Amino acid sequence: RQDVLVLTPWLAPIVWEGTFNRDILNAQYMQKNLVTGVVTFAVKKYWFFIEGFMSAANKYFLAGHQVNFYLFTDNPEQISHLQMAPENHLFVITVQNHSQWQDISVSRMDIISRYIRSQFQYEVDYLYSIAIDVQLFEHIGVEIIDTLVGTISSWQYTARRESKSYETHTESQAAIPKGEGDFYYTASFYGGSVTEVYKLTRACFKGVVEDRENDIEARWHDESYLNKYLLYHKPTRLLSPEYYWDEEL
Amino acid sequence: RRQDVLTVTPWLAPIVWEGTFNSEILDSAYRPLNLTIGVTAFAIGKYTRFVGHFLESAEKHFMKGYWVNYYIFTDNPETIPDVQLQPGRRFVIVPIKKYPSWQEISMRRMEAINKHIAETSHREVDYLFCLDIDMVFYNAWGPETLGDIVAAIHPGYFNVPRSQFPYERRSSSAAYIPDGEGDFYYGGAVFGGLVKKVYEFTKTCHMTILMDKANGIMAAWQEESHLNRHFLSHKPSKVLSPEYLWDDRKPKPPEIHLIRFSTVDKNYKEVRD
Repeated sequence: RQDVLVLTPWLAPIVWEGTFNRDILNAQYMQKNLVTGVVTFAVKKYWFFIEGFMSAANKYFLAGHQVNFYLFTDNPEQISHLQMAPENHLFVITVQNHSQWQDISVSRMDIISRYIRSQFQYEVDYLYSIAIDVQLFEHIGVEIIDTLVGTISSWQYTARRESKSYETHTESQAAIPKGEGDFYYTASFYGGSVTEVYKLTRACFKGVVEDRENDIEARWHDESYLNKYLLYHKPTRLLSPEYYWDEEL
Repeated sequence: RRQDVLTVTPWLAPIVWEGTFNSEILDSAYRPLNLTIGVTAFAIGKYTRFVGHFLESAEKHFMKGYWVNYYIFTDNPETIPDVQLQPGRRFVIVPIKKYPSWQEISMRRMEAINKHIAETSHREVDYLFCLDIDMVFYNAWGPETLGDIVAAIHPGYFNVPRSQFPYERRSSSAAYIPDGEGDFYYGGAVFGGLVKKVYEFTKTCHMTILMDKANGIMAAWQEESHLNRHFLSHKPSKVLSPEYLWDDRKPKPPEIHLIRFSTVDKNYKEVRD
């Protein structure tokens, strides 16, 4: 690929179709006997997306490899019988309903870190947080597996006028100084080794708590904190906007 | 950004060229980790004459701002010159036995490095680079080179079709690579990575070298052939462009913007004795 940037200035590969050979990567992944987990939240009306997401994920996400899906929902009764691929496992975890969706959004960080500590670290090597309303049309394979992985948001990539941006309110813990910032990462798809995801979610939630104490709310919620974290803890691999294309574009 | 060369391998390992990285960003990520970088180099017999120039140039260009340990393996400690090193950098002589032929000396490096890691350097360094001594640094060699398993593309073969790579082609050798296979031709003069990983692959290479010995065969390019065989099945996590392993006898092609580490012109016949 010569039309796009395939390497960041800190030498992390940016994954685009055409930059990798999935057979080689599959062989490497299988050599190491790895297990990957996916964390996703279906709270309030988002229960609607569960079936579509799980059906697509079973078909397209790391097909052929063992994936543990951790589905957090306040509506476990709404989950109709989901067909899982034989190598995959589904864990349904009930969570509390919060009044504001922003609260749900940022408390995800807290939930993820707590569950990594109590459970996930014993069950998976790599963990990815994927928004339940993400649409999967193509295979997503082991090219996503690396220590700390962020996905470039398509919003920033096409530089629309109304583009999402870093938190500018300087007193926020998510604030990024003007002129700084490598890429704008989406909170809808990020992950890495279970250790690194633990560190990331802990740091982000800490930022949320501090801001709350000062009565501040970051504009793009958990995504703002994610971007701050990944600015100062550079991802080891980036996924191009091919991996999460916001339909609202 | 470089569009004239391949900068990522098909297994998503970066290929390090000038223009692909920002040293400041890398330094700000690596310096706080307080890493110690080790270097092994073998100066056997007449090769001790290269030590002074190697070290002086390394002091100017290699991993500036990091803790560095140079491990010079030699059969002749008295002939090693005293080179002034900067603070945070030290120099250790590792006495070893001299083997009768240069090929044997070359191949025993894997065993010597592996043994030394187990006995000493695993406690002293985080990353280890194994370099040839008859070389000189001309430009910066920094944290862009750090990775789990690091190999360098041989300067003679980076622009050449795979069928012309001088892999070992006899199937009776443990270093055998059949036609049609192979990613790059890696040079034996530069390899490295996390000390644990270097321990693992020097052990494997030494094993395959011994297997060949038992079968009365010596690979076409000695341990370089075994290294290439190993890196085919256990791919490096980072690949260095020929900027990091150059041969001054070659004319500089347009893809090479900067030469960082290169051979010293010498009379091979005389120095291999």
